[in-house]
Amino acid sequence: MSAAEPIVNGVDVEAIPLEEIDVSDPKLYQEDTYHPYFARLRREAPVHYREDGMYGSFWSVSKFRDIMQVETKPQIYSSQAKLGGISITDRPMKYRRSSFISMDPPRHDEQRKAVSPVVGPENLKNMEGLIRQRTCQVLDGLPRGETFDWVQHVSIELTTLMLATLFDFPVEEKDKLTYWSDCATQDVKAGGIVDSEEKRLEILTEALQRFTALWHERKGGPPRFDLISMLAHAEATKDLVDDPMEYLGNLTLLIVGGNDTTRNSMSSGLWALGKHPAQYQKLRDNPSLVPGMVSEVIRWASPIIHMRRTAVEDTELGGQTIKEGDKVVMWYVSGNHDDEIIERPDEFIIDRKKARQHMSFGFGVHRCVGNRLAEMQLQILWEEIMARYPVIEVMGEPTRIYSNFIHGISSLPVRIPA
Amino acid sequence: MPTITYIEHDGTEHAMDVPVGNSVMQGAFDNNVPGIDADCGGECACATCHVYVDAAWFDVVGPIPPDSPEQSMLSFAAVTEEGSRLACQILVTDALDGLVVRMPEGQH
Repeated sequence: MSAAEPIVNGVDVEAIPLEEIDVSDPKLYQEDTYHPYFARLRREAPVHYREDGMYGSFWSVSKFRDIMQVETKPQIYSSQAKLGGISITDRPMKYRRSSFISMDPPRHDEQRKAVSPVVGPENLKNMEGLIRQRTCQVLDGLPRGETFDWVQHVSIELTTLMLATLFDFPVEEKDKLTYWSDCATQDVKAGGIVDSEEKRLEILTEALQRFTALWHERKGGPPRFDLISMLAHAEATKDLVDDPMEYLGNLTLLIVGGNDTTRNSMSSGLWALGKHPAQYQKLRDNPSLVPGMVSEVIRWASPIIHMRRTAVEDTELGGQTIKEGDKVVMWYVSGNHDDEIIERPDEFIIDRKKARQHMSFGFGVHRCVGNRLAEMQLQILWEEIMARYPVIEVMGEPTRIYSNFIHGISSLPVRIPA
Repeated sequence: MPTITYIEHDGTEHAMDVPVGNSVMQGAFDNNVPGIDADCGGECACATCHVYVDAAWFDVVGPIPPDSPEQSMLSFAAVTEEGSRLACQILVTDALDGLVVRMPEGQH
C-alpha cells in the first residue's frame, strides 16, 4: 500500500471519465492499486454513481463523514439480506441468508445481544492467559534462518485456534473452520473452489451439519460460555436451529468475523512494519507503543474493504439524491485515508495521536462486536514478538486475494535471522 | 470553567476544567484521561465513551432522550446502570460544574 500514484498499469487514473471508474473491480485489491481511484473520488465525487459496473449499479461513498452518515441511519440504509444484505454482490434470492449483520433493528439487536457477552470485558480477562500462552507456543515453534509463510504459520494458526475456543469446537477439526471461512467469502470469479453459489452452499452445508450436531449437544446441557451454547439458550435465538439458513447465516458471520479479519491484520501488520523500517525501529526502541501501533495496523489493514446498504426511501447524501432501492457502498479502505479526519493518512505512523479513530470496525449498531478481542489478540502477538525477536525480515511481496470485500493476504514470506 | 471529575474503574480520580460547550467526552480526551476511548470522535456511533453519571447528578444531567441513537448505542455496551450515558452526548454547562462521572471496567 503506497500513497496514491496516479498511473496504474499504464492508465492515468486522473484522466479516466468519472462515470467509468469502477472501484468494485476485485483486481484493484488483489494488485493493491486502489488508492489513486479513491483519492480521485474523495476529491471529485465523494458520493459517486457507477452504472452497470462489474457488480451492478451502485453508489460509492468514499469520505469518512459521509460513511458515518450512512452507518448511523439504519432506518434509511438497510442491511436486510433480502434487499441485498451487506455485500456489493447481489446473490440470487434463494442464496440470501439472513444473519444479525444482515438485519435491521430491532431483530438485529436481539440476536447480537445473545452472543456479545462472549467478547465482553469480563470474558476477555478470562481468555487473556490462554491467548498469551498459545501465542508464545506458536512463536517459539517458528523456524530460524529460513524463509517461511507468516500467514500459514502465525496468522491462520492463531486466529483459527481462537475461533475454535469461541465455539468450543473440537481443536483437532479446527482446519475445517479456516476452510469454511474461506469458502464463505470467496468471490465466485476468483478461480477457486467456490465457483458458484450452489457450490458454496454445498460446502457450507457440511458446516451446518457439524454445527447442528453441536447445537443439540449444547442445548441438552447447562448454559456455557461458548457461542453455540449461548445461541441455543438465549431467548432471542433459542429456536434458531429450526431455521437452518438463518443459523448458517449467523455461523458464517461469526466464523468470518472471528477469523479472517484478525488474520489479515496479523499479516498486514508485519508487512507494514517491514516496509517502514523507521517505524519498526521506533517500536523496538519503545515496545510500550504496541497498543497504539495495533490501532494503526488495523486502520492500515482495513480488513473489510466495504460494507453495503440498500436505501429504503429517497434521501440525500453528499449533495446527491439516493433513490429508494439504490445500492450504497461504504468503502472503509477509502474512509481510512480521508485527510479531513485523519492527518497524513497515507503514512503508516505507529504513534498517532488519534489512532483509535479509524473506520475498520465500522460504526453504528453494526460496529464490529469482536473489536476488543481482535485488539487484544494483536496486542499480545506484538508484545510477545518484541519480547523474542528483535527483527523479523519480510522476504518478498504478499500475495493478496481476489476480492472486493475481504482485504486478504494469502501468503507473506518472512525470515527470522538464525 | 466548570470542573468535571472523572473516576477510573480502579478509583483513580481526575478533576479537569472543561470549557462550556465541549462534551464531557472531549474534556476527557483533551486531558488524556484514561478509560474513555471515543473511537468515533463524538458522533454517537460507537459507545466507547460510556460513563456512569453519579446519582447526585441524575436530575441535572437529565435522562437519555427516548428512541435516540444514544439509547440504541448504549444498549450494546457491556454493563449498563441507571446513570449510564455516552459522554459525547453530555454538553458541559455552568450547571454541570462539579459533575462526577465514573468509568466502566472496559469500553466495548
